[in-house]
Amino acid sequence: MILPHLPALQVVVPLLAAPLCVVLRRNAAAYGIAFAASWAAFAISILLLVQVLGSPDGAISYEIGGWAPPWGIEYRVDALNAYVMLIVAAIGAVAITYAGPSVAREIDEPRRYLFYTSYMLCLSGLLGVTITGDAFNVFVFLEISSLSSYILISAGRGRRALTAAYRYLIFGTIGATFYLIGIGLLYQATGTLNMADLAQRIPALPGNRTVIAAFAFIAVGVGMKAAVFPLHVWLPNAYAYAPSVVSAFLAATATKVSIYVLLRVYLTIFGAEFSIANMGIGYVFMPFAIAAMFMGSAVAIFEPDAKRMLAYSSIAQIGYMVLGFGIATALGVTAGILHLFNHALMKGSMFLALGCVFYRTGAVTIELMHGLAARMPWTAAAFVGGGLGIIGVPLTAGFISKWYLVMAALERGWWWLAALILLSSLLAIAYVWRVVEAAYFRPAPAGAPAGEAPLPMLAATWALVAANVYFGIDTRLSVGVAERAAASLMGGGP
Amino acid sequence: MAWLGLYNYWIVVFLMIAGLYVVIARENLIKKLVGLNVFQASVFILYISMGKVDGGTAPIVAEGIEVYSNPLPHVLILTAIVVGVATTALGLALVVRINEAYGTIEDDELDEREREP
Repeated sequence: MILPHLPALQVVVPLLAAPLCVVLRRNAAAYGIAFAASWAAFAISILLLVQVLGSPDGAISYEIGGWAPPWGIEYRVDALNAYVMLIVAAIGAVAITYAGPSVAREIDEPRRYLFYTSYMLCLSGLLGVTITGDAFNVFVFLEISSLSSYILISAGRGRRALTAAYRYLIFGTIGATFYLIGIGLLYQATGTLNMADLAQRIPALPGNRTVIAAFAFIAVGVGMKAAVFPLHVWLPNAYAYAPSVVSAFLAATATKVSIYVLLRVYLTIFGAEFSIANMGIGYVFMPFAIAAMFMGSAVAIFEPDAKRMLAYSSIAQIGYMVLGFGIATALGVTAGILHLFNHALMKGSMFLALGCVFYRTGAVTIELMHGLAARMPWTAAAFVGGGLGIIGVPLTAGFISKWYLVMAALERGWWWLAALILLSSLLAIAYVWRVVEAAYFRPAPAGAPAGEAPLPMLAATWALVAANVYFGIDTRLSVGVAERAAASLMGGGP
Repeated sequence: MAWLGLYNYWIVVFLMIAGLYVVIARENLIKKLVGLNVFQASVFILYISMGKVDGGTAPIVAEGIEVYSNPLPHVLILTAIVVGVATTALGLALVVRINEAYGTIEDDELDEREREP
């Protein structure tokens, strides 16, 4: 009874949880609903992935309201979708488990139920972007998730969260509107909004200026949402000043979903042949990706605030994902999708660890983290675990995705690119070492707060660290599905 | 002279650029939001004007009318207008709180005051 409707439930469960949280104003009830809905969404995403991997043509098509596409809105789940939804829902579930004590520490009591409402809206928006097969529906869910993330960020510590949220609002709305313009131009040229239908009609319009204009508009729009250099300027402040659980949740999901939209638009709607061979999109994105890799890591080395440092690190890691897409081969796209998955785990664990530090000490500047290893050993170890992944040490998930990225560069004969990838990974050692040195090699100042964060927070953080190590050793799931997804995107798969 | 017949697109382009210019060039946070609205309005006009059918009337079924304008862009723009209204409301709420916290809503003054501890 439920199984055929799983695609709809994936979005509806968190979406309905949001007004329930508002109606039952009590914070405990709101948290309970958010907790249940997030874990239910995670379970549904696992079931959907299992269904997709087992289905004969590699995709599940679901008609909303029974209206057949292309007139109706279609939810289309294939390997790429299911993979991204798995990581988004997983991070959503882990973050809500973490959120209990963290929200109590960081957000005023009268507003907590509103926080959980926004959290549910954000989660449903992100899942909706990923699952839908209709191009305009992507815009609607993108704006749902963006608006709720502006609210979540503005709930953060200090007044700088407000300006960060405002700046993100301006940038994000311009980006989404650029995407809207692109979809409008595509509709004008083809007469349809359904992604599969667009994919069939666009190849019949070679050299059509409307389609080319749409190509460019969507690239800029999605680039702003995904914080591709140089459209990344909203990200450092937004991640640094948001509440801890919001930083972790958004860093691990929001930009990933935008990268998913990039892949979906350029490899499914426009088609790999048009985007890569005719328009050379790989060559457009690659220089920006390389610039992001170096700029992000370089600025992170000099940041005194640890959260801001991780935000700049995220910009560099998004550069790696876009580089995988820019290499524009099946192996490159596999590497990009794989890094999407792994980075969510690694960066999520590092932001959660910083949230534990904030819970106990009230600050996340590196200067104030002296002797953290003695005061909060598990938290410091979790941060190191995530940091090793970011650097790309073997036995972590980060190593696997860097490995695939280097292999993709070498497959195209670009030795210089492989060297650049390794060089920028060395920069990551510099900024991770700053925290490690402060935590492990400096004595704690007298009277510094000590003691671990509460168990839900520590358990959630360590769950992500453990996943990071697990997927660095057993890559059947992460690499297997990524390869399937890339194969079907680049043509030559189901 | 075909470009005269494309006057709707010229209006769209003008509003788009004007809106983006205001967002970038004006320091006042509320003016930035107004620029954002002008930018979004240009997109609405793009969609609706592309849906107009020659000789077509408003897409509401009525007796004796055979040619209607395309209703789908109208529906899409209703959604986009709602999104725009929500964004503006949220932006203005943020501006109110920024004013309470900083005492100003000029971007350059905000930059100065943010640098103070």
